[in-house]
Amino acid sequence: MESGRRVAAKRGERVRTAISGLDLTRARSLADALRVVRDEQRTPIAGATDLYVALNFGTLKPSLLVDIWGIDGLRGISVKGDTLVIGALTTYTDAIKSPHVAKRLPMLADASRLVGGPQIQNRGTIGGNIANASPAGDSLPVFAAVDAVVVLKSVDSERRVPFRDFYTGYRTSVMRPDELIVAVEVAAVEGKQWFRKVGTRAAQAISKIVVAGVRGDTPRIAYGSVAPTVVRARETERVLASGGSIDDAAATLQREIAPIDDLRSTADYRRRVSVNLLRRFWSDTAS
Amino acid sequence: MRFALNGHEEDVDAHPAARLLDVLRVECGLTGTKEGCGEGECGACTVLIDGAPVCSCLVPFSQVEHAHVITIEGLGDDHPLQHRFMDEVGAQCGICTPGMIMAALVLGKNPTLDDVKTALAGNLCRCTGYGAIYRAVLKWKAGDESPPSVESE
Repeated sequence: MESGRRVAAKRGERVRTAISGLDLTRARSLADALRVVRDEQRTPIAGATDLYVALNFGTLKPSLLVDIWGIDGLRGISVKGDTLVIGALTTYTDAIKSPHVAKRLPMLADASRLVGGPQIQNRGTIGGNIANASPAGDSLPVFAAVDAVVVLKSVDSERRVPFRDFYTGYRTSVMRPDELIVAVEVAAVEGKQWFRKVGTRAAQAISKIVVAGVRGDTPRIAYGSVAPTVVRARETERVLASGGSIDDAAATLQREIAPIDDLRSTADYRRRVSVNLLRRFWSDTAS
Repeated sequence: MRFALNGHEEDVDAHPAARLLDVLRVECGLTGTKEGCGEGECGACTVLIDGAPVCSCLVPFSQVEHAHVITIEGLGDDHPLQHRFMDEVGAQCGICTPGMIMAALVLGKNPTLDDVKTALAGNLCRCTGYGAIYRAVLKWKAGDESPPSVESE
């Protein structure tokens, strides 16, 4: 059978999605994947929910890819001691269904329910959300607010990077090309957890603003989509921790965030809503 | 590469980075699965992989090796949910319909309207209107408690 693709090529038409520039190999094990990223400088691909959007848009450059989706050892959620360990290939659906997440980090389930729709939740991974390094990544404020630790592995080493040190700028991180994210670890969280995402609609929307907060002995608050990376509002936290008023905290927050105008929203809107969300967090978690 | 398609073993020679959507439509000739947005937003290309709805426009073909893929063709032409869509006029232009049906198949027993809306949150319709679609799904679940059937060997 002559395929439509070949027919289209014969007629000199461009097929909609060009895969000719892609070279994809599959990793059968973590050791295999680590060797490949070291020796062949391949970009890991898992749920593909970001990379294949770029492919379909024509913005994914000819690439060497390594498919790590099949490495089952990187899947799953466990508790070790008092630490929640989330494997890099854990999907949003896995997080939504996990009793460990429900008990220890329920705001991660809240965030996961608002990523895309079920089709995306079934495929997108927590490790991919972290590695993709979008300032709008929905799970990132959750991990920033609870001071998570990203576990990076290479052929020769394993290191644990505190979330606050992970991102270095817009879509950049300390992760080396020869490393893979294997897990994210979250120590026991004391206090009320709170998550909100503001988008054009509930499902299938990229965040205009996304926020996660923990109201414990000292409040911890992280915002997405208001700066080049996910950010902790540390000065704002200090104002609240030292008994300052919510108005003072709101004024401080204005100085801490640096939102921009883009196709999803405006800087002015993001500033206003960020403050409104801070006030809502503070009142919802009171008592 | 071998995978199960609608209950039958298939061995398809395609680029490992090809979109599952293209493999299904072009290599396998199953054009019931539609391409809408091509960015995982509209759900028109929804198929089930090992029982879970996914956007086939975002799945590299390499990832379905040894998996079980079910497309709208796997339901045959006489599935009760298809009849409900017809009865309730749940399809107008029809582009979103196969994806809507595939996404709805995984609903549990006695879903509420909210459950249906959540299950179909990843599927956009631009002409029929959601009312008829939700009604078709709810009537199917209310009237037919048999598990979703697919053709198998």
